[in-house]
Amino acid sequence: MSELTYKPFQASDYKSAQAVRWCPGCGDHFLLNSLHKAMANIGIPPHQIAVISGIGCSSRLPYYMNTYGFHTIHGRGAAIASGLKVANPKLSVWQITGDGDCLAIGGNHFIHSIRRNMDLNIVLVNNRVYGLTKGQYSPTSDRGYVCKSAPYGTVEDPFRPAELAFGARGTFFARTVDVDSPVAVEVLTAAAKHKGASVVEVLENCIIFNDGTHSAVSKKEGRAKNAIVLQHGKPMIFGENNEKGLILDGMNLKVVNLGENGVTEKDILIHDETTIDFTLHLKLATMPFPEFPIALGVIRSIKAPTYDEEITVQIKDVQAKNPTRSLKDYLMKGEIWEVK
Amino acid sequence: MAEQVKKDNQDNIVIRFSGDSGDGMQLAGTLFANISAMSGNDISTFPDFPSEIRAPQGTLSGVSGYQVHIGPKVYTPGDKTDVLIAMNPAALKINVKNLKNSSVVVIDTDSFTKKDLEKALFSTSNPFEELGIGNISVIEAPIGSMVKESLTNSGLEGKDVLRCKNMFALGLSCWLFDRPLNLAESLIRTKFAKKPIVAEANIKVLHDGYNFGANTHASVPTYHIATSTKEKGFYTDVDGNTATAYGLIAAAEKAGMELFLGSYPITPATDILQELAKHKALGVKTMQMEDDIAGICSAIGASFAGSLAATNTSGPGLALKSEAIGLAVMAELPIVIIDVQRGGPSTGLPTKSEQTDLMQALYGRNGESPVAVVAAKSPTDCFDAAFWASKIAVEHMTPVILLTDGYIANGSGAFKIPELENYPSIQPHYIKKDQQNWKPYTRNEETKVRYWATPGTEGFQHRIGGLEKDYTTSIISTDPANHQLMVKTRQEKINAIANFIPIIDIQGDANADVLIVGWGGTYGHLLSAVNEMNENGKKTAFAHFSFISPLPKNTEEILRKYKKIIVCEQNLGQFAGYLRMKIHGLPIYQYNEVTGQPFLVSELVKYFTKIMEE
Repeated sequence: MSELTYKPFQASDYKSAQAVRWCPGCGDHFLLNSLHKAMANIGIPPHQIAVISGIGCSSRLPYYMNTYGFHTIHGRGAAIASGLKVANPKLSVWQITGDGDCLAIGGNHFIHSIRRNMDLNIVLVNNRVYGLTKGQYSPTSDRGYVCKSAPYGTVEDPFRPAELAFGARGTFFARTVDVDSPVAVEVLTAAAKHKGASVVEVLENCIIFNDGTHSAVSKKEGRAKNAIVLQHGKPMIFGENNEKGLILDGMNLKVVNLGENGVTEKDILIHDETTIDFTLHLKLATMPFPEFPIALGVIRSIKAPTYDEEITVQIKDVQAKNPTRSLKDYLMKGEIWEVK
Repeated sequence: MAEQVKKDNQDNIVIRFSGDSGDGMQLAGTLFANISAMSGNDISTFPDFPSEIRAPQGTLSGVSGYQVHIGPKVYTPGDKTDVLIAMNPAALKINVKNLKNSSVVVIDTDSFTKKDLEKALFSTSNPFEELGIGNISVIEAPIGSMVKESLTNSGLEGKDVLRCKNMFALGLSCWLFDRPLNLAESLIRTKFAKKPIVAEANIKVLHDGYNFGANTHASVPTYHIATSTKEKGFYTDVDGNTATAYGLIAAAEKAGMELFLGSYPITPATDILQELAKHKALGVKTMQMEDDIAGICSAIGASFAGSLAATNTSGPGLALKSEAIGLAVMAELPIVIIDVQRGGPSTGLPTKSEQTDLMQALYGRNGESPVAVVAAKSPTDCFDAAFWASKIAVEHMTPVILLTDGYIANGSGAFKIPELENYPSIQPHYIKKDQQNWKPYTRNEETKVRYWATPGTEGFQHRIGGLEKDYTTSIISTDPANHQLMVKTRQEKINAIANFIPIIDIQGDANADVLIVGWGGTYGHLLSAVNEMNENGKKTAFAHFSFISPLPKNTEEILRKYKKIIVCEQNLGQFAGYLRMKIHGLPIYQYNEVTGQPFLVSELVKYFTKIMEE
């Protein structure tokens, strides 16, 4: 991103004047603040950023940014963001999307933008419910979830976003919680710096329709016990007193207690976000709670060619070999005849 | 060149190459059209092929045809054929209804065995008698075996040898129509530049076909076609889809913009994507997306970025794009949506042509959702139509739907290489450098067009979207009076485009009582019919619409002049209904045919005469 000019910005530089209209206590407020901070961290000027969204509560977010913004139609944010990025690869393009917008109506665009490794920062806000339409189950709601559109509970299994992302050959996947400002800012910053499709799953609370859905990790006390914040190159240690760790037992992950049965820090897995093979990343991203902790932080970040860069390079390569620059020149070189 | 026994001087001639969809009839036809154009004829072509890539060999459903009309003044591919090349019995059977009296039929006798006849559902061994055609000249040529014989030791084997049969047909046609072989040779060499063995084999067979004609000419008339008096300049042969792609490129060049196409393959529109994908040297960006919706959405993203953005599709794809078109209406972003109409509804007749998407283009969205609608009238006119669609889009900040159809998209004509300096300028409605108090929906009060600020421009950050916005502040608004104002304003913006497009002019005899009205791809047939009427002393006027929404400013004034207006279209009366809605009390008669095939000039003349005499 050498074209971008870096200069110090404050979080407030990314804030628009419009009054924020989410419910009090909604996780979106925290996400918005984290995003402002992350953008200031990265230092890209507001006019070189575009925030694209679909439909849903979280998709209102662009209105609250002092960047370029486009609140589009249900599910299509990824496709619109892709066209925008290809048309102007110099822009920093963000997509804000909810679990319904991204994984139900927009599922196709989500997987294909990941497959193309389009350089987008996709913030997937997952509260496991439809908020704007007032409380129906979403593609991430657990089996048996009781709500207005499933009064006897759902009889279908949810998507796990990481599985979709990895299945589509995702190059970046991270997870954060809507209240954990430092981790959220860190993860959003890493997503922006990653070249390619970065997916950040934000575990978010819906205070009205699905309160407490991520309660295991949404409160500070619980988080220390129930979450593991993965950091590249660091051992996978967690627990209130850092007393637990993850090891590989055959093909599977296993939780161990440090100091018990001769287990020392040396036995604990070291997180490597850069391995091409995503087997371990997938295991980490889908660890079943409460037997295992819920993984936060950057789970996967690998280098791969991006679509927007490749198409730019392709045009340059063709132009280097072919001097034709106007339609008339092109046509005159073809099969023509003259009428005199 | 072999001596021609007799040459009939002819004005116009229609030849149809017909065979199995694997027989290479499209290539033979295309080459014949190009050779004719290079020899100075006007050309109009009509490829007519099944949607199956390879239907069962020899069957009626597998017949693929390519019709070429050549002469000094050609507006259509012609109703009926003077010369039919029938590579098998199925091709003969399918095309017999369109044979003129005393036409010439060339058959490959090697493909007229008992088995072949059975496949085409003939019950006797004499297909001509069975079909009841007598007054024709038949050239019987054992094409298959002659090609096999000729290509022994050519380096080609088996199926590859028989693939050259179409060049035998082409060579024979060149003899019939007095076309020099050197043009065909050079086209074949270009076509097979990477396969010299194939090129030389094809050329050898081409000569065989020609010589066969010269040696067996006795009872068959050959033709010499008068050349046209075209405007001076350089010409090339283009089909409508290619011309559409060129029109977009030309508009981007004229406007100084980058061209972006977001697309998803769909018959018969895919060639536009494939053509534009070639033009990386000209800086064109194309994306083949995951579906039709993503096709238009990526284009809307590119439009937001400041590109000249387009998407191409056919009817079912246009249906999928409806919601996104509504977004572009609401966000007031320019985008060109090309709908190459095909037979519908649903999957319908993918390779056949209709004009049945007009109402979908005008009204097929939720809410009051006005867009500009433009229609191309011929293969080469697709260039101008795409240019104008782009111009309207970026100057008036609106989606523009360009309607072409399968018939003009695949048909071709001689295209004069355009001088862009003769085309009108294109000035995107960008923000002004010194623009004060700008808001996203700040408008030019006369044209109602908002000013366009593109991401990356410092100081103009803004948010737009599908929610209704306040007329003044541009922030989200559900205020009733504001919504009424915005609905009206969006419509007025489209209406105001009428001040910037050409007025409609009258062709034929303007002083007639009867006015023929058409729009889009039926132009050539309607013009031919109108000319025929006037030549026979039946005074007929003709108005053909390229601009449909808004209508040209003088539409009502023109239409009020006539006692009878016959609106002709390949649907059940969509344009007729639209005119009735826009202008009350018009004496409208309708000519509607929805067969998937082009109009027949003879049928049009018959109907016009009937209405005239009523």
